[in-house]
Amino acid sequence: MKLIFERSVKGRKAVELPKLDVPLQANLIPEEFIRQELDMPEVSELDVIRHYTALSRRNFGVDNGFYPLGSCTMKYNPKINEDMARLEGFSQLHPYAPEESSQGALQIIYELQQYLKEISGMDAFTLQPAAGSHGELTGIMIVKKYFESMNEKRTKILIPDSAHGTNPASATLCGFECVEIKSNSEGEIDLDDLKSKLTKDVAAIMITNPNTLGLFERRILDAAKLMHDNNSIVYMDGANLNAMLGIARPGDFGIDILHINLHKTFSTPHGGGGPGAGPVGVKKHLERFLPKPSVEVVDKKYRLNYNLPDSIGRVRAFYGNFGILVRAYTYIRSNGFEGIRAIGENSVLNANYLLAKLKKHYHVPYNRTCQHEFVLTDKYLSNDVSTNDVAKRLLDFGFYAPTIYFPLIVHGAIMIEPTETESKETLDAFAEVMIKIKEESVNDPEILKSAPLTTPVSRLDGVLAARKPILRYERTMALNEPTH
Amino acid sequence: MHYVSNTEEQIKEMLDVIGANDVSELFKDVPQSLILKEKLKIPSALSEMEVGRLLKSIAAKNNTGMISFLGAGAYCHFIPTIVNHLLLRGEFFTAYTPYQPEISQGMLQAIFEYQTIICNLTGMDAANASMYDNSSALAEAAIMACRIKNKNKILISRAVHPEHREVVKTYTNANSIELIEVGCSNGTTEIGEHKDFAAILVQQPNFFGLIEDLNAISDFAHENGALLVVSVNEPTSLGILKSPGSYNADIVVGEGHSFGNPISFGGPFVGFMATKREFVRQIPGRLAGQTVDSEGRRGFVLTLQAREQHIRREKATSNICTNQALNALAVTITLSTLGKELKNLAIQNLHKSHYAVNSMENAGIKRVFTAPFYNEFVVEVKDLKKASENLIKNGILPGLDLGKFYPEHKNRMLFCITEMHTKEQVDELVGALSSD
Repeated sequence: MKLIFERSVKGRKAVELPKLDVPLQANLIPEEFIRQELDMPEVSELDVIRHYTALSRRNFGVDNGFYPLGSCTMKYNPKINEDMARLEGFSQLHPYAPEESSQGALQIIYELQQYLKEISGMDAFTLQPAAGSHGELTGIMIVKKYFESMNEKRTKILIPDSAHGTNPASATLCGFECVEIKSNSEGEIDLDDLKSKLTKDVAAIMITNPNTLGLFERRILDAAKLMHDNNSIVYMDGANLNAMLGIARPGDFGIDILHINLHKTFSTPHGGGGPGAGPVGVKKHLERFLPKPSVEVVDKKYRLNYNLPDSIGRVRAFYGNFGILVRAYTYIRSNGFEGIRAIGENSVLNANYLLAKLKKHYHVPYNRTCQHEFVLTDKYLSNDVSTNDVAKRLLDFGFYAPTIYFPLIVHGAIMIEPTETESKETLDAFAEVMIKIKEESVNDPEILKSAPLTTPVSRLDGVLAARKPILRYERTMALNEPTH
Repeated sequence: MHYVSNTEEQIKEMLDVIGANDVSELFKDVPQSLILKEKLKIPSALSEMEVGRLLKSIAAKNNTGMISFLGAGAYCHFIPTIVNHLLLRGEFFTAYTPYQPEISQGMLQAIFEYQTIICNLTGMDAANASMYDNSSALAEAAIMACRIKNKNKILISRAVHPEHREVVKTYTNANSIELIEVGCSNGTTEIGEHKDFAAILVQQPNFFGLIEDLNAISDFAHENGALLVVSVNEPTSLGILKSPGSYNADIVVGEGHSFGNPISFGGPFVGFMATKREFVRQIPGRLAGQTVDSEGRRGFVLTLQAREQHIRREKATSNICTNQALNALAVTITLSTLGKELKNLAIQNLHKSHYAVNSMENAGIKRVFTAPFYNEFVVEVKDLKKASENLIKNGILPGLDLGKFYPEHKNRMLFCITEMHTKEQVDELVGALSSD
């Protein structure tokens, strides 16, 4: 398909501004600052509409079909949330408008914090971080600041080998050394390994619970106690919070710092890769380190408080991804406490149902009740068919692929998270296709290795892309359209 | 209203298949002491009609009815009607990061187009798929520069957006990078004597709206073996101003929200980052690259992923994962629609803001700085509180109180005039400001 630049025709326009209504003046800025060329597409409004409509048809979202991407919680994104975020009172509000003119926006921030506190059991929140990994970074900055305030030098962060890659990357960004903790044969943190690595210079552990295998860490209370006895902090990656909604609360099992992904657990759209929002919750003793400003209620008025001398500082300009906060607020109010619990229950029910249907056909490394997601391996696949082949073949049947080759501790991992919004019929259809693909690996492995066969492009050459990077269009670039 | 699909009957059938009697059995791994006994203290569920009423009543508590001349990092620009229509296509906004390129060509190609547009605007070789916002992009640029130069000191101009400076400080503190503020003279950066730093960070146009002498700053940086990082907070300025690349900038970051993203109380916005070819492997975040499929057709994939956290973990160039893809798509669609009309848009900003300044000066209101400016400028008022009240009385939001960020600029206001303002609105502003 052509690029928008390749649709450009000299002199064509898609938009016209009103005529300038002030007198034209000469030489407003010196010639030396003025640019000579501006290379932009010249297209009509219809060209733009057709082009991006065509691109959208070459993309796949939750609205198109089942999207079992593990650890990403690809649930339905209610449309009412979009309408609410677009209300003029929110979308046209300037961040530097006086507080008296922003009471509604500050109310959303304040009340959303209250709801997240209640849902998670944490004592205080910031909504400033723009994504999950931004929340992690904020959390680890708090860890660092906490030990600085105690005049203690702690240099290490413990990270289980099943953790998301963002965990060690966030710890490194704050100058910590990462120490890996092994998983045991049950797919949980090996407490003996934890004990052996828990030295006085350990600042924190970054736990994901349920972990990335979709399993609840049954000895979470013991792990937290070990850490606390060492005066270390327990950080939790809340990527998998969906399973816990209304069932149990991280604040009750010893978590000191938690980040939540509003784009996962609270239904804000993933946007093709963002925007998200990564609120961070902390226990009372860490509240003073949260980013500034905070939102408070004084004399029944909402106000921003910048006077927070122990704060780590700002992690983002203004107040975070506010439009995303409006969507999450709408979602929580729509669901109410009843709906919130139904999310937790049904996300776990759906995952266990799918697991029950697939476990006879695919190898399950940890044969236990799962939480919101589960992981299969490539062990039962025949004829050198790989996990990647299974993923590509799923695309032919109208499904997005699960997360693959993660967590790293499972060979050829296929990580499936159905979410609560999928129906039994969808899960049945997916299970049927997974079983069919397994059969194909025995009877017709070639079809798997050449899949996908029905998509706009076939398998792409990733090696070429990395070896000779082409990261932008240049006019000299030859157009290589299909010849058949 | 919840969005669960399973009926009571189906739940029973599913539990049968699982071999459980009750949903509670699925939580048997959770220590019993942790299972919530009470219901959450969250208000009861609302229907769509009720939640709509509620949110409208909250939105109504925000006063967006006044004429606003506020800029300062959040700019009100024209958004073509088609942008929202295209953004709301579920194929885009309900997808995630394009991990499966064969059914994600739409987003991947859009990212590739976005990268091209950012390169064209900034005059750089390569741009990433987006950052959270300008402030975090600037902080990441500081860290990237330290990595490239293997040095631990960063200079930042006092004329960079104050909140962006705060964010850079938070990041450099956590990274044990020394951050030195470079002062201003008459509103523009005054370099001074510095050595042994990885980069100097400046904003163009700067926070006071003024155009910096990037030639001099670029020479200073490069003579010291350091990098020049330019932050473009108001990117419509690039419709008329020379690109940072033409001043030999090494890393260019900026805020893209001006193109197609409403101000929305400051977010979601979209940071951009671009650099020279030689530093591409040091850039944080996603990159879309062109390649071919097994039949030789052009296609796009996420590439050079060996920089990223999901491959390199603690050795990654950054921890960024989720970015601002949909906001970047809004930028791409908006700029495709504006096309070369962007130049006209920039010219309108320039002329209208200068018309405002001239009118104010004619009315006896003093402009503080004399350097060339784009669409923002600073004026002095006798009594800021009184002037603000007077503006509000006239249905106009006050300009930014500069004293809030700069003690040396008390009783000074920052105003922004864009293509959205009519001559009549500007005249009203001048009238209200000069009436006290």
